Amino acid sequence: MALDKQVDWSDVGPLFRDGISVMFGGFMGVGTPDGLVSLLREQGTKNLTLIGNDTAAPETGVGPLISDGHVKKVVVSHIGTNPVTGKKMIAGELDVDLVPQGTLAERIRCGGAGLGGVLTPTGVGTVVEEGKAKMVVDGKTFLVELPLRADVAILKAKRADRAGNLVYERAARNFNPIMALAADLVIAEVDEIVDVGEIDPDLVMTPAALVDKIVLARRQ
Amino acid sequence: MKLPPRSRCSLPPEGAQASLGRPGARPEAKEVIARRVAQEFQDGYVVNLGIGLPTLVPRYLPAGMHITLQSENGFLGLAPLEGEPLPGVVNAGGQPCGLMPGAAMFDSAMSFALIRGGHVDVTVLGGLQVDEEGNLANWMVPGKMVPGMGGAMDLVTGARKVIVAMEHCTKEGEPRILDRCTLPLTAKGRVAMVITELAVFRITHGEFVLIEHAPGATVNDVRAKTKARFAVSDELKTMNLG
Repeated sequence: MALDKQVDWSDVGPLFRDGISVMFGGFMGVGTPDGLVSLLREQGTKNLTLIGNDTAAPETGVGPLISDGHVKKVVVSHIGTNPVTGKKMIAGELDVDLVPQGTLAERIRCGGAGLGGVLTPTGVGTVVEEGKAKMVVDGKTFLVELPLRADVAILKAKRADRAGNLVYERAARNFNPIMALAADLVIAEVDEIVDVGEIDPDLVMTPAALVDKIVLARRQ
Repeated sequence: MKLPPRSRCSLPPEGAQASLGRPGARPEAKEVIARRVAQEFQDGYVVNLGIGLPTLVPRYLPAGMHITLQSENGFLGLAPLEGEPLPGVVNAGGQPCGLMPGAAMFDSAMSFALIRGGHVDVTVLGGLQVDEEGNLANWMVPGKMVPGMGGAMDLVTGARKVIVAMEHCTKEGEPRILDRCTLPLTAKGRVAMVITELAVFRITHGEFVLIEHAPGATVNDVRAKTKARFAVSDELKTMNLG
């Protein structure tokens, strides 16, 4: 019998500590686990490093964590839709590491797939190449981009079975599946939890073996 | 000359990845540029459109031409929103959109494998500056605007054909087509075409060539507003905006 990984919200709080790195699923907040983001705020967690696609808007996605000063660093591809991120960056209150979106995805995948890095043509001849090793393969120049991992990944899925097999909804999938590979502790917030066996194995998008805890999303 | 509604993509609101849009562009210039860009598409193309002006292009595709729009947040088959927004169905600006019949959803690694791997036939992006070596700058203005590159660097690096669609000059009347970009680059030497309301340039084998100008304009008009050296095609034409 598979392990039942569903936990209560009260069990999740103690898993978040100050100073941890957190990968978060989502693209402009779509596919971001809002309940887990709220919990990070309620816990008063400090000095977080956030790794994800973007900082959404001040009131959506991970935006509130940045607005309320829980974050010391973000590793993202885009901050343009959240003016608070820009303001804090300019004020020296927030360290912003901008990474091209495709490179960010591959660095996370490398971190979770046991790879020592990836060779990408993206960024060659731009500021992105500064300080990075290059390799020439068949006459073409690539940047060596290194793996990314995090202490915790917080994911949003539509459905889970009790063992932790996940199914995402539409474009809310985005970074979630690769982040499930790349963190020491993987927590998924889901809209629905079903019994083991109720999800067709062909339709599982993230296998249960990658998921440590599942929590049922609170109704809005 | 309009596609059936479901083949058009919706115009994202201003502010979404604002770096790539040109909210200040004059409507007639935008329309001229979008009409001309549409002539570069072929039936069956997989296309990624930047935010802003490029999203107007599908309106001007010839009847019966079908393209598939890729959305970098993770799907093929972007369509305009019809009816109520559906959970998780948003475009790369995070705004509700629709899906074409036959759409396919995937994760960000797959999305950018498509983009970098040459599986996107053409990308159309706005520009801040383009230079005669085919370099593009469109992601930041140091000290003023640092939104991040999002997917733009991967798109410009990996799409089979990169078309820059932009107004010929800045709002202040300064040329955007330069001998050398002064803003930080998005990618080096990847622009194949530049389409403005005044002119169309093709960049092949490092040569910057004027191939069309707007009706009523002359080569000298183009030179006066362009700070790059360019050759004039032997087959120079007037832009067909019919």
